[in-house]
Formats: sequence, C-alpha cells, structure tokens
Amino acid sequence: MQKRIKIYFLLFIISVFNAGNLFAAEQFDVKSFIFSHIGDSYEWHITVIGEKEISVPLPVILIDKENGISIFVSSRLRKGASYKGYRISEKGEYANKIVYTSASGKERRPVDLSITKNSLALIINCSVLLILILSAASWYRKDKQSAPKGFVGAMEMFIMDINDNVIKNAIGKGYEKYAPYLLTVFFFILINNFMGLIPFFPGGANTTGNIAVTFVLALCTFAVISFSGTKEYWKEILWPNVPSWMKVPLPLMPAIEIFGVFTKPFALMIRLFANIMAGHTIILGLTSLVFVTVAMGAATNMGMTMLSVLLTAFMLFVELIVAYIQAYVFTLLSAVFIGLSRVQKHAIN
Amino acid sequence: MSLLVPESGLLFWMCLSFGIVFFIVARYGFPVILKSVEARRVFIQKSLDDANTAKAMLENIKSQSDSMIASAREEQMNIIREANKLKNSIIKSANDEARELTKKQIESVRIEIQNEKEGAMRDIRSQIALLSVDIAEKLVRTELKESPAQMQLINKLLNESSPFKS
Repeated sequence: MQKRIKIYFLLFIISVFNAGNLFAAEQFDVKSFIFSHIGDSYEWHITVIGEKEISVPLPVILIDKENGISIFVSSRLRKGASYKGYRISEKGEYANKIVYTSASGKERRPVDLSITKNSLALIINCSVLLILILSAASWYRKDKQSAPKGFVGAMEMFIMDINDNVIKNAIGKGYEKYAPYLLTVFFFILINNFMGLIPFFPGGANTTGNIAVTFVLALCTFAVISFSGTKEYWKEILWPNVPSWMKVPLPLMPAIEIFGVFTKPFALMIRLFANIMAGHTIILGLTSLVFVTVAMGAATNMGMTMLSVLLTAFMLFVELIVAYIQAYVFTLLSAVFIGLSRVQKHAIN
Repeated sequence: MSLLVPESGLLFWMCLSFGIVFFIVARYGFPVILKSVEARRVFIQKSLDDANTAKAMLENIKSQSDSMIASAREEQMNIIREANKLKNSIIKSANDEARELTKKQIESVRIEIQNEKEGAMRDIRSQIALLSVDIAEKLVRTELKESPAQMQLINKLLNESSPFKS
C-alpha cells in the first residue's frame, strides 16, 4: 500500500514538473487544451519530454476526386507540414481537419477515412470488449453445470442483471430476441466509458463523448425500434385514438407523434454524448487549475494543485458511477422504447 | 460547434467496429452465456424439485414403514391373543372330553359291574337251585325208598314243573 502511494506521488510530481515545463513560459490556453482532448485528432498525443513530443502516429486515409486514394502516416503532417498537397487546417471552417489545397489556392476537404485517435480507441475498446465477452463465453462452453467464480462470475453478474432487471422487465414477453443487441450496446458503452477514464495511452479517448459514436448507437436503436414496431404501434402514431378534429383537417397529433419517433433516439444520442463529454470537460478543467495558477506564484500554485488533484480524484469517482449509469440508462431506455413499439391492441378499444 | 457535427471518418469506423463487435458478440458471446445460465437455472430448479420429491418420498416411506411396524405389532398381539384363546379352548375342550370319557367309562364300568353282578346273581341263583335240587334229590331219594307214596309225589311235581306235560 505504501509503495503504491509512493508511486502515485512520484507520478504526480512528474506530471506537475512536466506540466510546469510545458506551460510555465507561455500563457496557458484552457479552452484549446480541453477541446484538443475531448475532440478528435490525427495522432495520439501522449506527452512531451523536453522538446520531444511523444505521440502515436496514426494512418491517414484520404479519398479525393483528383488524387485518388492516399494513405500515409499522420506524422508527415505534424506542425503544419504539408504532404501531397494535404495539410491540417489551423482555423476557419475546417479547423484541425485535413484539407487539400488545390492549384487555384482553394481549400477543400477530401473524403477522410483516417484512423484518428477516436477510431483507434474504438478499435482498441472493441477488442477489449470482444476479449472480455468471448473469454467469458468460452468458459460457459467448457463448463455447463457449475457456477462461475472470479472474472466470469463478475461478468455473469453484470450480464444477468441487465438481462433480467432491465431487458426482461422493459420488453416483456419475447425479450430474448433483443437481449443480444441491448447487451452489446450496454457493454460497448460501458467499456468505452471506462476506457475513456483511463488517463493514458490505450484509454483516455473521448469515444462515447463523441457525437458520431452516439449517433450510430442511437441510429441502431432507432432501427430496432422501427423494425420491431407492431401494426398497433404505427397506427397509434399515424392515426392516434384522439378526437378526430385533432387529426383530420390538420394532422396535429400525428405530427406530434411522428416528431416523438425521432426525438426518442435523438435524446438518447444527446444524453450519452453530453454526459460523457461534460465529465471529460470537468476533469480536464479541474486538472488545468494546476497550469492556470502557475503564474500566481509557487504557494498559490501548490495549494491549487492539491485542490485540483483532490477534486479531480473525486470527479473520477463520480465519473466511474456516471460511466455505469449512462450505459445503463441508454440500455434501459432502448429497451423501454422497444417494449413500447411492441404494443398490442388495447383491450379497452 | 464542431463537437455536434458527426465526422464522416469516425462514423465509418464506428459503424464498422460496432457492426463487427455486434455480429461476433451477439452470435458467439451473449447467447452462449444466457443459454447456459438459463440451463443452469433450470437444472437448479429441477434439482431442488427432485430433492423435495425425494424428501417427500422418504417421509412417505418412513410413515409407511412406521405404519407397517405398527400393524405388524398389532398382528402379533392378535396372534398371541388368538393363540391364548385357542390354547384355553383346547385345554377346556380336552378337559371336557376327558371328563365325558371318564363319565362314559365309569358308566360302562358300572353297567358292566351291574351285568357282572346280575350274572353272578344268576349263577348263584342257578347254583343255589342246583344245590337245592341236589339236596332235594338226595332228600327225595332217601324218602323214595320208604314209600311208594313218594313216587306219586314226584310224578305229580314233574307234571307240574315240566314243560313236556304227559
């Protein structure tokens, strides 16, 4: 335990020293610091030691109508360098994106399928997820009778909790068909949330706090809801059981209902994105207290550093809970919406 | 604002990785786990039910054996009682029979004795008769020598007693 505390302390000292090195001379820009962390980038920045920047270069994949497909390493574009006419735009409409400057001097964006920091993080997290689930499943393939212990037991606890208390309750009869999808969504979000909280290399990417990721998840849920919708579900949307003046000359209720069909997955998308992004932002903001207060003298800086570490640690604990809650809420609401779409004809009618 | 616009590259990689993960995990991951947990649940329920049935059966058997023992004991008591009764009745009937037999024997002996007695009496009587006849003969013989009147008497007597009347 003491050894561990010593190691943490050492890491802390190193990080403070490191940060001091970085930002002591220049004015610390909190906004760009935070946005560069929660946003995406073409290389995975790890740290800076002295003058040397340590980062993982990632493949850039671009498809342009003039140049065709070009694949190269992102380190070629470091610090504003240009390669084959491509460079990372610094400001304007395409800030921090790769643009192509044509002969006429006009900038345009090629189709950008680069494996960015978030893409790589997604791939890593997916691999983690696959390893976790498949290794648990392989245990069940071997042993069919006894109850699992340790890791598999923990996985079973999580899986069966979601399966029995969320999916089964929300969808009801015939839930088995949807359980694999909802469990995949739950563990996908959970693993991505947890990995996002690890502050160094294989983790730390803001995947579930990225709108593209939550958009795909919400789109999948939307597709499942729509495809599992019964006749009664669509009837209640297009011709709801309300006084006919609310739907005949002006389709008031149908319009509201159709709007509701899209707001449900939209809310799912925004909720997950906003929660995770906000968590990252708060932690980064608290961390940047260390660097912001450098200019205020050693004593203030030291005090604020202590406070910042305490608050960051507290926020990380909160974020651990949030990571689980958001995965849970997304799964629960998806299950509830699917359950609602499987509505049968009411007995009252 | 750029935070709210989904990036096409990331969308592509997200679709790809999530699709692959979903395909693999929903086919080889979760169904295996859910199915075997369900199988285990069924197995546990079955085991519990079996245990309960076995317990009930055991109790049933126990009560059955108890009742069997009780009935056997009852039977035993009955048999003993019956045997006692039989014994008593046999003894009684044997006694009765013996009494009857002795009675009969005594009776027959008495009859025999009576008969014997009667026979003896008859014998004695006939002996006495013979004796008296002898004596009478002797008497008569002596007297006959003396008088012919005696001869007349004899003939008269003979006539009186003999079945063959002249």
